[in-house]
Amino acid sequence: MTLTEFLQHLANGVSLGSLYALIAIGYTMVYGIIRLVNFAHGDLLMVATYVAFYGMILFSLPWPLAFLLAVAVTTLMGVTIERVAYRPLRDAPRITVLISAIGVSFLLQNLGLVVFGGRSKAFYVPPFFAAINHIGDTTVPNLVWFIPLVTASLLLVLIHLLYRTRIGMAMRAVARDLDTARLMAIDVDQVISFTFVVGSSLAAVGGLMWGLKFPQINPLMGAMPGLKCFIAAVVGGIGNVAGAVMGGFVLGVGEILLVAFFPDLAGYRDAFAFILLIFTLLIRPTGLLGERVAEKV
Amino acid sequence: MLIGLLLFTAGCTPKPAEQAASDVIRIGVFEPMTGDSAAGGQMTWEGIELAKELHGEVLGKEVELVLVDNKTDKNEAANAAIRLIEKEKVVAIIGSYGSSLSMAAGPTVMEKKVPAVGCSPTNPLVTKDNPYYFRVCFIDPFQGSVMAQYAYEDLGARTAVIVRNVADAYSVGLNNFFKEAFIKLTGDDKAVLAELDYQQGDQDFTAQLTSIKKENPDVIFAPGPYNDGALMIIQARDLGITAPFLGGDTWEAPEFIQIGGQNVEGVALSTHYSIDAAPTEAAKEFVDAYKAKFNKDPNAFAALGYDAYMVILDAIERANSYEPTAIRDALAETAGFKGVTGTITLDDNGDATKSAVILQVQDGAFKYLTTVEPN
Repeated sequence: MTLTEFLQHLANGVSLGSLYALIAIGYTMVYGIIRLVNFAHGDLLMVATYVAFYGMILFSLPWPLAFLLAVAVTTLMGVTIERVAYRPLRDAPRITVLISAIGVSFLLQNLGLVVFGGRSKAFYVPPFFAAINHIGDTTVPNLVWFIPLVTASLLLVLIHLLYRTRIGMAMRAVARDLDTARLMAIDVDQVISFTFVVGSSLAAVGGLMWGLKFPQINPLMGAMPGLKCFIAAVVGGIGNVAGAVMGGFVLGVGEILLVAFFPDLAGYRDAFAFILLIFTLLIRPTGLLGERVAEKV
Repeated sequence: MLIGLLLFTAGCTPKPAEQAASDVIRIGVFEPMTGDSAAGGQMTWEGIELAKELHGEVLGKEVELVLVDNKTDKNEAANAAIRLIEKEKVVAIIGSYGSSLSMAAGPTVMEKKVPAVGCSPTNPLVTKDNPYYFRVCFIDPFQGSVMAQYAYEDLGARTAVIVRNVADAYSVGLNNFFKEAFIKLTGDDKAVLAELDYQQGDQDFTAQLTSIKKENPDVIFAPGPYNDGALMIIQARDLGITAPFLGGDTWEAPEFIQIGGQNVEGVALSTHYSIDAAPTEAAKEFVDAYKAKFNKDPNAFAALGYDAYMVILDAIERANSYEPTAIRDALAETAGFKGVTGTITLDDNGDATKSAVILQVQDGAFKYLTTVEPN
C-alpha cells in the first residue's frame, strides 16, 4: 500500500466516520438527558431526506430552502413522537419506553412504504457537493471535508448550548435527577421537548448528509445507519457527546481500514461494528469516554 | 399505494378452503415489492398483472392472482411460498426477481409439489435438482459469457476486476461465469486482476474502489442490485477511476440511471429483452397494451413477468387440469412457446435457452446495442 493510497483510505474513513459521528451525537444526547435510546432516530433520517426530496421535486424549492424545511419538519416530528409515544410512559419502566421507541421506528418505516412506495428515489446532489478536488493523487470530493465541518460545528454549538446557556443547565439538571429538577421549578416537560428538538434536528442534518453522500433514498434507509450510529454512541460512551464523535470516527475509519487491509473480510463489515460493540460492553461497558457511574440506590 | 392495498387485500380476506369447487383458480406471485430490489419486483408485477388483464381465463375459470411481498429478504421469500401454498391454496407460483429469493422458496415448492416459474432469476441453482422450479429466462453461464465476450471483443479489454455482493447468489454466480469466460477468451489466468467483496446493504464502496485504482483494469464487472451498482459507479468516478463498468440484467431499472446520473453514462449491461430488438408476434400485443396501461416502454422484467404467466396458462390448458402436479408435468414439456421475450423451450432442468440483449446507458436512457444468440 502506497502512502497516497493510505491517505485516500483515510480521507474516505474520515468522511464516513464524521457522518456516523453526526448521527451518533443526536442518539447520545437524548439518551444522556432522559435515559432513552430513541430507536426512531434512524428513521427520522429517512423522513428528513424525503421532505427535502419532495420539497425540491414538488415545490421546486432551491436546495438550501428544501434542507431547512426538512430540518423543520423532522424536528416537529421528533417532538410529536416524544409527546405521543414517550411522555405518557414517563413513569413506566424503562423497557416499556424502549419497546414504544421500537414501535415508533416500525411505524415510520411502514408509513414510509405506504406513502412513498418501496422503490428507491434518487436524491438530488447540488453541484457544490458533487465537485471534486485533487490533492496530489488523492481525490477529495467537497463532501469529504464538508461533512466533518458540519459535524464539528454542530458539536461546538451543542457543547455551547449544554454548558453555556440556561436551557443547557436545565437539561443537565434533568439528566442528573429528573424528580429533583422538577422540585427546583424546572419545567421538565419543556426541557425534554427541547431535547427532542435538538436531537431531531441533528438527525435531520445527518439524514441530509447521508442523502448527499449516498444519493439513493428509500423508506428503510434509516435502519442500518440507526444501528451503526447507536453502536458508535455506545462505543464512545453513551450519554457523552464527545464520546459519540469519537465512537463515530472509530467505527467509520475502522470499517474502511478493515476493507482496505483485509479485502477478504469485506463481507464482514457490519459484523465488525457488532463485534466492536460486544467487546466494548465486555471490556469497558461505559465506553471510551464514559465515566464509571455508581448505580443509584 | 395501489400495491399496498393489493397486498392488504391479499393478506386479509378470509378465503374458502374449497378452492377446487369455486369458479376461480388462483396463481400465486411472490416478488420483492419493497426493500433493495423493489424496482425489479414491481416491474415484474406490472407484466404479470397485464397478462392477467388480457388473458384472465383458463379452461373456463377466472384466474385470480395472489401477490405476496417477499421484501427482498430470503426468510420472507421462504415464508411467502409457504403462505401461498398452505393458506392461499394456489395451483402455481410466479417468482421471484432475485436468484437468492427464488432459491429460498425452492425446497418449499418441491416438498409441497406446487410448480413455480421464475421470471428473471438467472442463477443455475434455482432450478437445479428441483423438478418443480422452472424459468422463462436464460441462465448465468450464458449471461456471463455474453458480457465477457462484449468486454473482450467490443471494448478490447484484456484485464478485468470483478466486484461481488457476497450475500447475493446472482452476483457471486454471474461473476464466476464471467471470470471463467473472460480467462478463456484472453488465454491469461491472471486476466482478472482482483475480486472484491461487499455485503448486501453496503453503501460505501470507497475502500474497495481505492484498492483497485492502482490495478488500472480495462473493465470492471460488478453485477448486483441496481442501487449498489449506481452508488459504486458514482464513488468510482469520484475517486478518479475511469475504467468502463459492466453489469448484468439487474441494472436495467430506471433507478440505476436516476441515482447514477451522469456517472453511469456509457455503462453496458446484458438483459433479456428490448423493445428495439426484433419483435416477436406475441410482443406486439404486449407492447401496445403495456404502453396503454402504464404510459411508458416496457423493459425485460415486465416482459418476463408476462411470459411467466402465459407459460403457466399454456401449461394448464395442455394439462387440461388444475392439479399442481399435472400443471408441473405440462410445464416440463413446454416447447416452442411463442413468448414476448422469444421462443421458450424448457430443458431437463426447467431452463429456457434464449438470446441476450446488450444495452448501454446513453443520454440518460437504456439504448439497444445488439442481440447475442446462444451458441
